[in-house]
Amino acid sequence: MHASSVTPLLAESNRPIFEWRWVERNSDAIAERLGEHVALTATALGAGLVVSLALATLCLRFRWFYPLVLGTAGALYVIPSLGAFALLVPFFGLSFTTAVIPLGTYTLLILIRNIVTGVQQVPIEVREAAIGMGFTPRRLLWQVELPLALPVVIAGLRVAAVTTIGLVTVTSLLGMGGLGYFIRAGIQTTTPNPSPIIVGIVLSVLLAVVVDLLLWLGERALAPWARKVRAR
Amino acid sequence: MNVFTQLGQWLAEANRWSWSDPAGIPYRILQHLGFSALSLVLAGLLTVPLALWLAHYRRGAFLASSAVNIGRAIPSFGLIILFWFLASRWGADTDFWPLLLALVALALPPLFTNTYAGVVQLDQEAVDAARGTGYREWQIMLRLELPLASPVIVAGARVAFLQLVATVAIGAIVNDGGGLGRYIVDGFAEGAQGYGEIFGGGIAVVVLALLCEGLFSLLTKLATPKGLALQQARRSS
Repeated sequence: MHASSVTPLLAESNRPIFEWRWVERNSDAIAERLGEHVALTATALGAGLVVSLALATLCLRFRWFYPLVLGTAGALYVIPSLGAFALLVPFFGLSFTTAVIPLGTYTLLILIRNIVTGVQQVPIEVREAAIGMGFTPRRLLWQVELPLALPVVIAGLRVAAVTTIGLVTVTSLLGMGGLGYFIRAGIQTTTPNPSPIIVGIVLSVLLAVVVDLLLWLGERALAPWARKVRAR
Repeated sequence: MNVFTQLGQWLAEANRWSWSDPAGIPYRILQHLGFSALSLVLAGLLTVPLALWLAHYRRGAFLASSAVNIGRAIPSFGLIILFWFLASRWGADTDFWPLLLALVALALPPLFTNTYAGVVQLDQEAVDAARGTGYREWQIMLRLELPLASPVIVAGARVAFLQLVATVAIGAIVNDGGGLGRYIVDGFAEGAQGYGEIFGGGIAVVVLALLCEGLFSLLTKLATPKGLALQQARRSS
């Protein structure tokens, strides 16, 4: 009599916190959502980088433009992700576009600031030497200043990438979400299922770590001089 | 139907401007700010004294440098849902604690890193001078390092608070709280019918976040000790 009233509770808490069975059964869906996560991140970062490069070059040419751009990017950065999605859904529906626009705008502040500081850090002698060799302003920017700013730019890209990968999970509200889909799915079943929640969180963190590592390796390959300077 | 017509209808609904009814925007604003502020204060109490102590003795530098990166990689959305799940499994209250714990956890890294960095970057001559005048170690921490590092600590609190305001809204997915996020999540559940509610909630959340940011930039100015502000002004001129 007494025991039977306790049984339902026990039955539920006896369920293991993580079941490999779930992973095996859903490996296709996991691969698909991982791809979606990467696609959302890459699109947002790519678009953010292109816009940032354009705005940063303008800021470098017209100094008064910089505080204006930085202020706007800062305000966009402050907007809560859910609020941004909410403002876009009535116009773009539950779509890839709605998900990508805020993800992209969040990268602007970090990227623009790092590109501009990176270029400004280029030693004046290097710049003068290049001008003396006959570099046009455009070639100076693309062949001297930006390559030398690369370590700072990539540092910004790493922060932006890791932040974006975490934020993508929120787009599960829009029916996307990449790995965030599993996080949400875990509480949408009649009995909450911890396995998808854990898979979603762990894979999202792992993806962030892997991308961060890849960008770090990319920096070392593309700008080997930076390492030597730091080591000194 | 036009989104703006829907928004107008939604704004005109009963109790929309109530301070005490859950449908009211003011009620939700207070809830939103309350949750954010409470978790910021709790996180501050947990982490600032520890970071101050560690930084004073130059311990745990690795933790300070990696905390923010780890915090960034963990999806806040996942943390809320995980804590909600754990609470429901252990039969605890699922409305208040899971969200609060997730929020506190999110606010820890920026506060910790900034407190640590703020203390470590201080002029060591000031610390030595204080020690020479007979300050004890705890006095140096509380009367010298804490006030001098306060602008950096407040900057960390600002980052943390904005993240909290954004995350409280996401919390509406799992509980009745969630402040202004409630409208957005409820609106999503209604599909195209809910566009007015989604849009209204979105505007409210965005305005709230921008106002908080403005307030914090004011607070940063106030938190800078007078002597420090003078020094910075002289340096930049």
